[in-house]
Amino acid sequence: MGNFEAKWEAFLRAFVDYGGYRMVLEGLRNTIIIAVLGLIIGIFIGVVIASVEVMPKYKVIPRVLDKICQVYVAFFRGTPLVVQLLVGYYVIRPLLGLHISALGSCIIIYGMNSGAYVSEIMRGGINSVDPGQMEGGRSVGMSYLTTMTKIVIPQAVKNILPTLGNEFIALIKDTSIVSFVGANDLYVAFKYIGTNNYEFMIPYLVMALIYIVIVLIITLCIKLMERRLRRSDR
Amino acid sequence: MTDNGKKLIEVVDLHKSFGDNEVLKGIDITINKGDKVVVIGPSGSGKSTFLRCLNCMEDATSGKILYHGVDITDMKVDINVHRQKMGMVFQHFNLFNNKTILENIMLSPVLVAKKENKKLSRAQRKSSKEIKEQKREEAMALLKRIGLEDKADAYPSQLSGGQKQRVAIVRSLAMNPDVILFDEPTSALDPEMVGEVLDVMKELAEAGMTMVVVTHEMGFAREVGSRVLFIDDGKILEEGSPEQIFGNPQNARLRDFLSKVL
Repeated sequence: MGNFEAKWEAFLRAFVDYGGYRMVLEGLRNTIIIAVLGLIIGIFIGVVIASVEVMPKYKVIPRVLDKICQVYVAFFRGTPLVVQLLVGYYVIRPLLGLHISALGSCIIIYGMNSGAYVSEIMRGGINSVDPGQMEGGRSVGMSYLTTMTKIVIPQAVKNILPTLGNEFIALIKDTSIVSFVGANDLYVAFKYIGTNNYEFMIPYLVMALIYIVIVLIITLCIKLMERRLRRSDR
Repeated sequence: MTDNGKKLIEVVDLHKSFGDNEVLKGIDITINKGDKVVVIGPSGSGKSTFLRCLNCMEDATSGKILYHGVDITDMKVDINVHRQKMGMVFQHFNLFNNKTILENIMLSPVLVAKKENKKLSRAQRKSSKEIKEQKREEAMALLKRIGLEDKADAYPSQLSGGQKQRVAIVRSLAMNPDVILFDEPTSALDPEMVGEVLDVMKELAEAGMTMVVVTHEMGFAREVGSRVLFIDDGKILEEGSPEQIFGNPQNARLRDFLSKVL
């Protein structure tokens, strides 16, 4: 471990003097942006898919919608995220002639990917709500859609908030592959720092620590939130 | 309730099956305004299914249900409009857990009033704030009637079973329904809370509300019912005034049933 100090000094020099911290901050920002916006898009898509899946299927339209949703979920759960990222950025984006930045593409693809997973969580949440809630709503003349949006989904969301927190953590961790399409994240930043003198031990160690700290902070927030929700139950 | 005795609900040859299991095997009955119909029968006889078919909570397999002369089993009919005038009270209350007691009562009346409001000309329209305020006052008046105005901002989980059921009754009452259907309203209650719920129902009956009540409370059936139906095995086996049904039952199965419950 004799040269550990030298390595630490080289890291500090690259981190502070050569502006490495700026890249780290940018990477951190991108990670948060992709995860937060991705989750928001994911929740939106997930709620829509789950609502379609639990709809009564007497009529043709819900059945067609259900099939579309099944294909969507099968695709996004059945292929690796890296593949979705590469296909989305290098195949779909040019084919559709879209001018979206790498970061923007990541947000959309992470959102769509997350939507497939959130839909499963959400469906469980909706099924966990007592069917009597729907009957109560319908009995006072509210439509299926109104009862769903005003009564059932709010209760379902409350039931699955802790699980959604886990989805958020998964998203944060998954952002470490966005450099595949040229977006800057923590990995890119620490690779840059390491490249200064081809010494990667400390940069990647610090990178790992940063991820752990982020995840620990989020876990704590989820716990606090859970405790709060439980209090309003009583 | 001026047009008492006028036809309100007409059930024609109602059948209902769950898969291969035929629960209702042809029910015909006319319910008139002001009637207090009490439905009795052993469990599994189809009496709850019959009640749930009346507002299409369960879709009839065949047969007709005419409400104000409109066949509501027709898929093209907007069932929501009819349910607004056809209240229902459930065994397990089914209050909205994510809403306060006041919101539980106000929610649908406000939505309906807003919809009606949109049909008015611009000059006649009220602001949504005015509508809410008006419905809030009506809801508070209803809560006062059952002595629960201090629970307006509480959530259903903070109420006792009897309190919940009384709120559920005024929730359906807030829609100004022409009839209220009661699906074993006291069956899930602790014995000491049954009385308070039955009192509210008696009060409603005295005020002239049309009621269809599925219940095991024979005392209530006798005291409040104007007509009693005995359902078993998916059919109405005997129908009559409480005096006839309880005093002089004709059907063997009804006599057998009464000997067990009385």
